[in-house]
Amino acid sequence: MGIWRKPDSMSLVFIVLGTLMLLFIFVPLVKTIFSSSPGTLWNTLLEEDVYSSILLTISAALMATLMGLLFGVPLAYLLARRQFRGKRFLEAIIDVPIVIPHTAAGVALLFVFGSNFLCGKVFDGIGIDFFRTFAGIVIAMMFVSVPFLIDSAKEGFKAVDVRLEKVARTLGASPWRVFLRISLPLAWRSIFSGSVLMWARGLSEFGAIVIIAYSASFLGWNTKVLPILVADRFDFGLYYTLPVAALAILISLIAFIALRSIAYRGEKP
Amino acid sequence: MITIKNLRVNLGGFLLQNINLDIKSGEYFIILGPTGAGKTVLLEAIAGLYPVLEGEVWTDGREVTRLNPEKKGMGIVYQDQALFPHLSVEENIAFGLKVKKCSKEERKAKIAAMAETVGIPHLLKRSPVTLSGGEKQKVALARALVIEPKVLLLDEPLGALDPETRERMQRELREVHRRVKVTTIHVTHDFEEAVALGHRVAVLNDGSIAQVGTPEEFLHHPSSEFVARFALSRNIFTGRGEDGENGHALIDIGGVRLRAVTESRGEVRLSLRPEDILISREPLQSTARNCFQGTVTEIADRGSVVYVTVTLPPDFVCLITRQALDELELKEGVRAWITFKASAIHVF
Repeated sequence: MGIWRKPDSMSLVFIVLGTLMLLFIFVPLVKTIFSSSPGTLWNTLLEEDVYSSILLTISAALMATLMGLLFGVPLAYLLARRQFRGKRFLEAIIDVPIVIPHTAAGVALLFVFGSNFLCGKVFDGIGIDFFRTFAGIVIAMMFVSVPFLIDSAKEGFKAVDVRLEKVARTLGASPWRVFLRISLPLAWRSIFSGSVLMWARGLSEFGAIVIIAYSASFLGWNTKVLPILVADRFDFGLYYTLPVAALAILISLIAFIALRSIAYRGEKP
Repeated sequence: MITIKNLRVNLGGFLLQNINLDIKSGEYFIILGPTGAGKTVLLEAIAGLYPVLEGEVWTDGREVTRLNPEKKGMGIVYQDQALFPHLSVEENIAFGLKVKKCSKEERKAKIAAMAETVGIPHLLKRSPVTLSGGEKQKVALARALVIEPKVLLLDEPLGALDPETRERMQRELREVHRRVKVTTIHVTHDFEEAVALGHRVAVLNDGSIAQVGTPEEFLHHPSSEFVARFALSRNIFTGRGEDGENGHALIDIGGVRLRAVTESRGEVRLSLRPEDILISREPLQSTARNCFQGTVTEIADRGSVVYVTVTLPPDFVCLITRQALDELELKEGVRAWITFKASAIHVF
């Protein structure tokens, strides 16, 4: 609690500009959520193509995040610990999916994973097809969102003093054990919050998915991810799409807040 | 026992080379060198934590140069302690024992005994984050020692501590070594620490070993200007302490009996800063307890200050200003008095 002082002119201008920025973020979210009555939201949720879409979106994003953890965390560890030529270039490449148009990313993925192409043929051999399938949605989400996980995990590993790992080695631990008992637990918070970001980013992906898997069959339904569902309904008018949009925002928000509070549990603000 | 033959290590910019050391079983060996001389890297190279370009490391008659660090049986303690922050003190110490698949009972017994040895039984349940510097150092020491390493590597273990804690830790380190008797390599930039703890000392300068010897050999036969500069920074004596009057100790250092404030008796090593000694041509009337007459045998000019050696015997090196030298008309061969307080004597 400081003593109230009259703010100077710069603080006043910054406070006004900052407030406008916050309103710009808050108002559309809040207005959309409250545009539909709870009853309408509930009824919308019970529509088959809505709840199947929610399930599909959440599970595909989760699958993408798990794949991201499996392949991305080892890469992040290497980038945090090893020095080699071309490392900066590699780190830049990893962030490319964030900056390119996501529809273009979808096309690029289709060009590699489509059944007539290189990787597509390999996966076709083991019965995995990517065009208009759950797997297609997963790789589209993974492509555009995994940089968040890799970057966050890399920073987490960098923050672990390399001497802790060295001491652990002298105490008889193999590199595997050092990684599992020292590096991973100490970087866990960064990895987890990177995973949450990746998952949330995956949930909201539209561009890449619309190219590779506009709709897919999932648990017996033929359904599409939430962002595509919102866009589809918009073709029938704004008020038709509002409750779905509100649900999409609410679900993302609740999940995001819940997971972040797990990651920062016990930490002072 | 550990032998290092022609070790060569790339420090990224310069090389450590021609590192040859023969360290006896149970010896407390000091590597002394200025900051940035590559002392930490040398320890890591010995432990297998840093790549070695050339040369060999042998322990107990076996070549271990390229063995993985987990197979070498060398414990390391870093200046910043490097305790695992997500584990309790007890779990930190248990880490190496768990890797060795010790049974739970054996683990508990070993941890308890080691905690007793380094004096931290009351800290076992604490988180390392809450400990003071000295406490952390003891935990790091216990963690390294509990796996009974062939060699203990100490990287500036006292460097991060405040002066008071450092002195206490220095004593405790020697006490722990006396009990555990593990072959120890301790690197430091502090000459006094080297003299206080080391059975033998190696001086590292410009990427190679400049001199190896006992602290006494260093003081009396420094092999280079660099070693001499280290040696000049302290008067170091070995002597026998006994009870004097008023609770003072009388320490016989070979002909001269010094009054000192210390609890130590028997064989002791002590140091005296050159700047704490006053020189005069007549005996001084003062509260200082130690006053002796001798002969000026050497005057070493260091610019605005001068090191004057007064031989009683033994030799005392005193630091005075140029101006004082001129005023006292000191030159080699003249008689002079040296005076210093009992409290200026630092007993290890």
